Amino acid sequence: MALSEKDVQYVAKLARLEVTEQEVAKYTQQLGNILGYIEEMGKLDTANVEPLTHPLDMKNVFREDVVKPSLTQAEVLSNGPEVQSGHFKVPKIM
Amino acid sequence: MPFEDYEPVIGLEVHCELKTATKLFCGCPTTFGNEANTQVCPVCLGLPGTLPVMNGKAVEFAVKIGHSLNCTIASYSKMDRKNYYYPDLPKAYQVSQYDKPLNYGGYLDIVTKEGTKRIGVTRAHLEEDAGKLVHAGGKSGRLDSSDYSLADYNRGGIPLVEIVSEPDIRSSDEAHAYLTALKSILLYIDVSDCNMEEGSLRCDANVSIRKKGTEKFGTRTEIKNMNSFKFVKQAIEYEIKRQAGVLDKGERVIQESRLWDVTENKTKSMRSKEEAHDYRYFPEPDLVPIILDPAYVQKLKVELPELPGAKRARFETDFGLTPYDAGVLTSEQELGKWFEVGAKLTKNPKGFANWVMGDMAAQMKEQEKELKDLKFDQKKLAELVDIIDAGTINSKQAKEVFLELFNEGVSPAEVVKSKGMAQVSDPKAIEAVVGKVLDENPNVVVDYMGGKQGVIGFLVGKVMQASQGKANPKMVNEIIKKKLDS
Amino acid sequence: MELYQKTIHEIASDLKAKKVSSVELTKATMAHLKAVEPKVQSFITVTEEVALAQAAEADKRLASGSNLTPLTGVPLGIKDLLCTKGVQTTCASKMLEGFKPPYNATVVERLNAAGAIMVGKTNMDEFAMGSSTETSYYQKTKNPWNLSCVPGGSSGGSASCVSADQAFGSLGSDTGGSIRQPAALCGIVGLKPTYGRVSRYGLIAFASSLDQIGPMTKDVEDCALMMNVIAGHDEKDSTSANVAVPDYTVEMKKSIKGLKIGIPKEFFPEGMNPEVTEATKKAIEQLKSLGSEVHEISLPHSPYSLAAYYVLAPSEASSNLARYDGVRYGLRVPGENIVEMYSKTRAAGFGPEVKRRIMLGTYALSSGYYDAYYLKALKVRRLIKQDYDQAFEKVDVIVTPTVPNPAFKFGEKTDNPLTMYLEDIFTISINIAGVPALSLPCGLSKTDLPIGLQIIGKPFDEGTLLKAAYAYEQSTDWHRRKPTLKES
Repeated sequence: MALSEKDVQYVAKLARLEVTEQEVAKYTQQLGNILGYIEEMGKLDTANVEPLTHPLDMKNVFREDVVKPSLTQAEVLSNGPEVQSGHFKVPKIM
Repeated sequence: MPFEDYEPVIGLEVHCELKTATKLFCGCPTTFGNEANTQVCPVCLGLPGTLPVMNGKAVEFAVKIGHSLNCTIASYSKMDRKNYYYPDLPKAYQVSQYDKPLNYGGYLDIVTKEGTKRIGVTRAHLEEDAGKLVHAGGKSGRLDSSDYSLADYNRGGIPLVEIVSEPDIRSSDEAHAYLTALKSILLYIDVSDCNMEEGSLRCDANVSIRKKGTEKFGTRTEIKNMNSFKFVKQAIEYEIKRQAGVLDKGERVIQESRLWDVTENKTKSMRSKEEAHDYRYFPEPDLVPIILDPAYVQKLKVELPELPGAKRARFETDFGLTPYDAGVLTSEQELGKWFEVGAKLTKNPKGFANWVMGDMAAQMKEQEKELKDLKFDQKKLAELVDIIDAGTINSKQAKEVFLELFNEGVSPAEVVKSKGMAQVSDPKAIEAVVGKVLDENPNVVVDYMGGKQGVIGFLVGKVMQASQGKANPKMVNEIIKKKLDS
Repeated sequence: MELYQKTIHEIASDLKAKKVSSVELTKATMAHLKAVEPKVQSFITVTEEVALAQAAEADKRLASGSNLTPLTGVPLGIKDLLCTKGVQTTCASKMLEGFKPPYNATVVERLNAAGAIMVGKTNMDEFAMGSSTETSYYQKTKNPWNLSCVPGGSSGGSASCVSADQAFGSLGSDTGGSIRQPAALCGIVGLKPTYGRVSRYGLIAFASSLDQIGPMTKDVEDCALMMNVIAGHDEKDSTSANVAVPDYTVEMKKSIKGLKIGIPKEFFPEGMNPEVTEATKKAIEQLKSLGSEVHEISLPHSPYSLAAYYVLAPSEASSNLARYDGVRYGLRVPGENIVEMYSKTRAAGFGPEVKRRIMLGTYALSSGYYDAYYLKALKVRRLIKQDYDQAFEKVDVIVTPTVPNPAFKFGEKTDNPLTMYLEDIFTISINIAGVPALSLPCGLSKTDLPIGLQIIGKPFDEGTLLKAAYAYEQSTDWHRRKPTLKES
């Protein structure tokens, strides 16, 4: 699967990364090379192989429904780039 | 094309907040309405390095929902990440379920004017809620005109079950009936407070229309995030008409998300927020699969209370109620329980039902009372029903007695006694009064003889007046007729 | 010998015997740290105040003589992706400059409870993405054995600070080799524990299903001592295993007579650096002479591990790093609207390697490509895991070189990402399988650069790993060699 500049632009938009034209060209080439290497996997027949998501065979890790202390509002907001009246402030959405 | 020739196809997605004490993945409380960002910890703030740990109670509640909607409970289930950017989503992904939902393949029976209908439930899966945004600045504080937004993560991470219906719903009334039935079940099994104002039950509606008799679905729109059944009904009705208008003009319906505008009573496109959705779902590596022990799953099923549908059917059989009445009486679990206790104390459960749904419901609404506030128990109301059935008092008196019962909690028998209300049903006594009234109103008697049958009502009224309302009205009627016709 | 040159087990007995106080030790270590720091640049943040306060507390504990651990009063370095309450934690990224977490990572809590001293937060590749620590936004850490060479990465600062005696030991993290490769390049011991052995809570995630925290130390015994403190179940990490933790210092000293060692033929490819091949073969002979049995084995799918890794790790990373959006913490670059703010912030906050991997992972997970890349990689992952399962039916441990080459020069591998990725060719399949592995010094090149030996073990069998490593180490003196901070 050849990677196009259009693909790179689409992916950059999905990943919320502003990219310059030069970056698009560079990433298209670099990611294309890496994908070419990755596609080596295609040589393996995995038709009858179950995917493995966790290295450990674990299941059902549950927690008791017991309240634990929250942070204070000041702690919550302490690293906020912009805060206003107890909230995180963000630019307009539309 | 005439409007009636279109058939709506509707599917609903209901988000139900579970009433666990803590959030889905951390120990923060789920209380509503506290000051912004005070129920937040490193985990639900999505701070770097934090990890989720699943609340076992949320899993239990979700399985109960699955059982109550006749779903298959998955033998293998897992959490997935749904990736998208929005400032109410602290990790920029929502932990949800993609291809292995906890519950799938169920149904819900609804009752409409046309009868009972089965609506398929595609899936009911577990996920976390997002935080809340306040759209500030600008003219109206609305999303599309605000200068900036303020994020509060108190709600972020509260457990939700998303219940997705099949596109089996064909009208706004059916949609309303589905939501009512669903809410009733969720309250019965005690997994959510279903408080609409607080957003603990929210609904998205997928709506399309097609020509009646055709199979292929039309292009659908999704009306997002409604927190009132009334709005859902109105929005669906509006959207059906809007889509019909579009098609009639020879245009095409655009697949998009829309919002119900409460002030303008119309749905509006949200396209400015849209771009191609590519959520890049993948298995959440920070959580392990849910593989529940079948015995545990079965135990949760056995422990479920009798659900509204079963109770309704039983009330019809056991107490001879109409489906409608049984439906009303089982819509709320407490009401159903209250009714059933009383229905067993009287020979006339239908009469008891009428009082519960009639005067009692009216007074409760008027005086803003709930069952727990009542000054009387089922035994006293059953007593009233039996006194009426024995013919001791008439219906007008019964209303008076009921008010005493409702307002003061006085037993009906005592009211009848203390107010001397006992109805006169002795024929001789009634005949005496009738004779007196006929004697006093010779002109009326002549009118009757002349064919004016209607005057009999006047005479009955006079007899009742003379007996201070105690005479059995049915007997008065009969005796007057007998005397005049003889 | 200077105090700071000692090992943890040596200095612990000095502290216990009250030959030196923790405050004295911390001051001496801090003085040396600062003296060599301009040359080595191991630390993004030096936490002198915290260290001295902790040392004063440790001295109280040492005075009372109760509740002591071998780490009480001992200065350590902490990789700057482990959250430290109130202390800047940057992941070596501009994105998190000035970020002060309101909580401690579980491993940090455990070190604190043991009475250890934190001297600073160590440099690393940005968000642990790299094999040379060159992708750090802040500085280039130098290899103490040759200052014109890289220390390896991503835990480059954690390796260099131990190698240069700026700390007695450190914590690193390993997603594809990030503990073992820098340990090998800097001539120290580094252990990547079994996935689930050490809590990841508070480890700023790169790739959640591959990341593990582990110790980086001057010798094997110190590694065992640190493992005794950091290993074990944590209810805050759902993937943390509830498996009993043995006393690793006891396990370590058991005999290796009859130990079955597997040598996978795939790990000795043609064209590998002959000095590395030579040192590894000698080490294997040494292990044999100590009474172990050597068997040739095969891990047939290991040649595909790098390909699978470069789908799995970037995919998880693309999601893990999505939260850096300028809303709640970290950098914000203003924008006209939310999308513009997001895109400008992320463009300015992340370096090129991080962006490359985010894009790669986003692509691999995107609509239409998931099956070909992500799902395929998960299937290859199972094949790689099965290789290890089958191998461990026959042998107790597997021995390989840690890295194909000794340390390389700055800039040598930055032009082509793939050449840098090949640094991890021998370490990556271990993370994919989730098994434990350790690197320890087994030689020096002609130019005096360290060579590492990798020992791979069964899941949760770090004890046997340490046993093999200790037996080898005690019969050699590679671990006693000290770097000279020379420039070539």
